[in-house]
Amino acid sequence: MAKITYKHPDGTETVVEVAAPNTVMRGAKLNNVEGIVAQCGGSAQCGTCHVYIDEGNRLPLPEMHEAEDDVLYGTASERRPTSRLSCQLPVSEDIDGLVVHLPPTQT
Amino acid sequence: MDTGPVVVVGAGQAALEATAALRAGGHTEPITLVGAETVPPYARPPLSKGFLTGRVGTDELWLRPESFFARQDVTSVLGDPVVEIDRDADRVRLASGEWIGYGTLILATGSSPRRLSVPGAGLEGVVALRSLSDAEELRCALREAGDLLVVGGGFIGLEVASVARGLGLRVTVVEAGPRLMGRSVGGTLSAHLAALHRAGGTRVLLERELVALRGERGRVQVAELNDGTRLAADVVVVGIGALPNTALAAQAGLTTGNGVVVDRWLRTSGRNVYAIGDCARFPTPHAARPVRLESVQNASDQARCVAAGLTGNRRPYTSVPWFWTEQCGVRVQMAGLTLPHDRAVVSGSAAEGRFTVFRFRDGRLVGAESVNRSADHMITRRLLADGAAGPAPDEVARPGFDIRRHLSRTG
Repeated sequence: MAKITYKHPDGTETVVEVAAPNTVMRGAKLNNVEGIVAQCGGSAQCGTCHVYIDEGNRLPLPEMHEAEDDVLYGTASERRPTSRLSCQLPVSEDIDGLVVHLPPTQT
Repeated sequence: MDTGPVVVVGAGQAALEATAALRAGGHTEPITLVGAETVPPYARPPLSKGFLTGRVGTDELWLRPESFFARQDVTSVLGDPVVEIDRDADRVRLASGEWIGYGTLILATGSSPRRLSVPGAGLEGVVALRSLSDAEELRCALREAGDLLVVGGGFIGLEVASVARGLGLRVTVVEAGPRLMGRSVGGTLSAHLAALHRAGGTRVLLERELVALRGERGRVQVAELNDGTRLAADVVVVGIGALPNTALAAQAGLTTGNGVVVDRWLRTSGRNVYAIGDCARFPTPHAARPVRLESVQNASDQARCVAAGLTGNRRPYTSVPWFWTEQCGVRVQMAGLTLPHDRAVVSGSAAEGRFTVFRFRDGRLVGAESVNRSADHMITRRLLADGAAGPAPDEVARPGFDIRRHLSRTG
């Protein structure tokens, strides 16, 4: 289990508990958190589960592989150094307390 | 905008996304989603990929959790399809006989696989993959089968062929046309995919047609082709395209013709009736003529477009069409609608399995087909969405071309 905070562009936030094995993308879907579209269902193909990792994050996240890096070149909202595809972030106790910011648009 | 109660006909990706987007956009009127299947809305793409191997479980297919409908105050009626639209009285009739009134009707009736018309098409072991129950049947059948015949070298057939080879089956793909995925991609990508499938041990037979299936005790065993070839087959997957589900719309007097005909705002010819997803034929700035597309992107983006219009943010539908497939361990992504095009330029190396075919019409970029080159795909999508000029053909042809240099010009 990990507590994940999704911060919406309007300043509100949704905090949910997500069980492993799941991803940060799936955690949003399972908990009715809108703002993550995930058209490809988690294959790192579509770039519509884009999130910004909170600037102050110190939790260990997996390194970005090439496909994720490539897909982030075309996200609908601007790419920043903190950009990740939430479908490529597996949930585990290691990321308990993760805070992600949802971009203004995914498509 | 006063929409009155919204009824969504269908319970697939487009239907579900429309209801979710309506609520996310602040819509507060009653919403009812009516589907023929008894299961809640699920993702179809994995059904021809990871679901067949067991890598993706049924629990991972649901598009929303069970709690979604109650929390969003959406009524879902499953297993009781709409059988009639009464446009004079603004109401629909369900198979059970119940009538539901609407202020706004959204048709998301999807498409159905084209069926084989050869003798033996009804034998057990012959599967057209569309629904979760089709996929469950196929998953079981593949576990016990030795020889798979795939009829049709399109997206679904090739994805299943790839999965089945991975499971150790002997696989033959029979395609009537001269190349694989002939209606979707250009010759370079067709040839590359054929080579990959063949290298993986799949028999790919082009310009060959199935003429009959024979079996014993009602179960398929042998396939006969038009050149006399006989093939062992204990499972036959039929992937020869899909037809839009337009019967309801046509019966209600709405304009149809290869889909339910809609305008730029996805409105049908009927008052307060919209059509989205696989069933809709729509005009788009990305093609000279109206098109009908079967893709998650199209279903999902059209759903959001209609929902935006109904919640006070009306805009025409202009999304860039894109598609993806996974076969033989490679990522294939297509952006834009590239037919007709007059020039194709390859960037990267087919021999190394990483390349993009950029396609141009009158010197202007209209799309790209990428193999293991997602940055090319994504940036092409973005350039097309922004209406940006993009690279010229000669620029792409130069050694060392990198489309990422065009990024700064986009929004």
